[in-house]
Amino acid sequence: MSELWEAFKTAIHLLVTFDPEVVQIAWRSLWIAATSCAVCVVICIPLGNLIHFSRFRGKGLLISVIQTLYSMPTVAVGLIVFMLFRRSGPIGPLGLLFTPGVMVIGQIVLVTPVMLGLVISALSGIDKSIIETATSLGASRMQAYRICTREAKFAVMTAVIIGFGRAISEVGLSSMVGGNIEGYTRTLTTAIPLETGKGNFPLALALGIVLIFLAFLINIALYMLQHRRTWTRLFVWFQS
Amino acid sequence: MVPIIETKDLGQTYERHQVLKDISLKIERGDFLAIIGPTGVGKTTLIRLLDLLEKPSSGQIYFDGIDVTRSGKSRLKARRRMALVQQKPTVFDMSVFSNVACGLKFRHEKKLVVRDKVEHMLELVGMREYRNRNARTLSGGEMQRVAIARALVTEPEVLFLDEPTANLDPTSVAKIEGILARIIGERKSALLMTTHDMAQGQRLAGKIGVLINGEILQIGTPSEIFFSPANMQVAEFVGIENILPGTISGKENELAIISINGVKIQAITGHAEGEAVYIMVRPEDIVFTPSRDVSSARNVFSGEIRSMSSVGPLVRVEVDCGFPLLGVMTMASSQEMGLTIGRVIYASFKATAVHVIKRF
Repeated sequence: MSELWEAFKTAIHLLVTFDPEVVQIAWRSLWIAATSCAVCVVICIPLGNLIHFSRFRGKGLLISVIQTLYSMPTVAVGLIVFMLFRRSGPIGPLGLLFTPGVMVIGQIVLVTPVMLGLVISALSGIDKSIIETATSLGASRMQAYRICTREAKFAVMTAVIIGFGRAISEVGLSSMVGGNIEGYTRTLTTAIPLETGKGNFPLALALGIVLIFLAFLINIALYMLQHRRTWTRLFVWFQS
Repeated sequence: MVPIIETKDLGQTYERHQVLKDISLKIERGDFLAIIGPTGVGKTTLIRLLDLLEKPSSGQIYFDGIDVTRSGKSRLKARRRMALVQQKPTVFDMSVFSNVACGLKFRHEKKLVVRDKVEHMLELVGMREYRNRNARTLSGGEMQRVAIARALVTEPEVLFLDEPTANLDPTSVAKIEGILARIIGERKSALLMTTHDMAQGQRLAGKIGVLINGEILQIGTPSEIFFSPANMQVAEFVGIENILPGTISGKENELAIISINGVKIQAITGHAEGEAVYIMVRPEDIVFTPSRDVSSARNVFSGEIRSMSSVGPLVRVEVDCGFPLLGVMTMASSQEMGLTIGRVIYASFKATAVHVIKRF
């Protein structure tokens, strides 16, 4: 127990002194997840609108497939991306394997179905009259989609936050395609098992605390969106 | 000059149910056409087709001479020259100002232009003090005024109004009619309004089309529609309750004698002697008197009162003159004359008040 307490105290020390290694790993995790999430937003919001507002054969089946991919194992995505980007793979000549770039690509593959499915579901709560009104006011298809997304902003933001959560917390994909290279592709989720294996509990714990803190922030953001809370009300929520 | 909107044999079918059939219309710039008809006959579908929100199952739509029936690009361009005010206005979850500005932003208007036009329009519809309020918090009448401002601010060449005052209280209806009347006076836009309120169509529109069971049965001036309906269905819809079958038994120039159950009625008509016809007399054209007064009316009949019923300040009186004749009079007149069921009175109407159509 005392060992755990000591490890915890050292971890806190690493955090409050902004230990360069902790900061570097946390920052890398954040920007990789944020980049993949941003690309997913650009893909999923227009595509979600297009799928939701179009009428075509097989639409129900497509949505079912998207929803099935929510639970796609990260190692399975990792395996596919690895095979595509390995030296002898079809995209191998780009030389992206074991780089942050391929980690971003892998996370996009992983997050897209979740975000897309949730955007479609968010838009299904929007009255059909919204897109018709926008169209009759002279909106182009993209302008009408923007209005609908704005109307569903809370649910769409929830989709984005959940997508970000999935990206930052995945392990299998990052370790398979990133290679967990120190100072280059090492992220919070790949560093924690490595440092634990090495017996470096204070660093593993410090990284774990950062990850938990990020998860906490994500949950607060979700709670606020679902309850449409403002920052001023958040204080009251903390007290309650 | 090319009509701003023209349709040729326009039809719409939903799951084998034909909602509209063979609609051929021409709307010129400056026209105000009201489409009247009972609920559920396809008025909204027609407006949705003309506003290019739906594609028709058959027929063509031309906007300013260009076929916009199917092509996506030409439809967007045409749509940006039109505007629609729906029966149940949908406002976006944003301020009144932003709602009204939407159409202009879609057209990539400059910020300053947007601000000036929106402020002017909010002033016109009397919503300036609500500019920063979320449009979702407004009452039905206020939302409809926002919807009208939002449509008008784009200065459309064609404005569609789909039952714009349905479900509103009389005060809101009066306000909205006032706004519309002002626009009609100021602008050269073409207006097409659907309504089931015949009186509203008569008050506002220059031309009326009667849509029944998916077909336009008659288009004409309000007086043509209300006093010379083209057929039984139109007559029934516009409130002509005395529709009687007869035969023209004699004719002298335009004056015809029409036999109905052996009773002779005089009417002005172009139909020939021997033709089977329907005669139509509006209840408000019938004058009831207690005795046979001297009047210019060619048709005077005595009859026994069969029924009486009050409708607001009026009384509907049905008299058996050898054929049933329904008329209306004020409550005060009815009390003054001491009308009761069973009493014999005189009903008179002019030959010119009788509208005659051919019976097939």
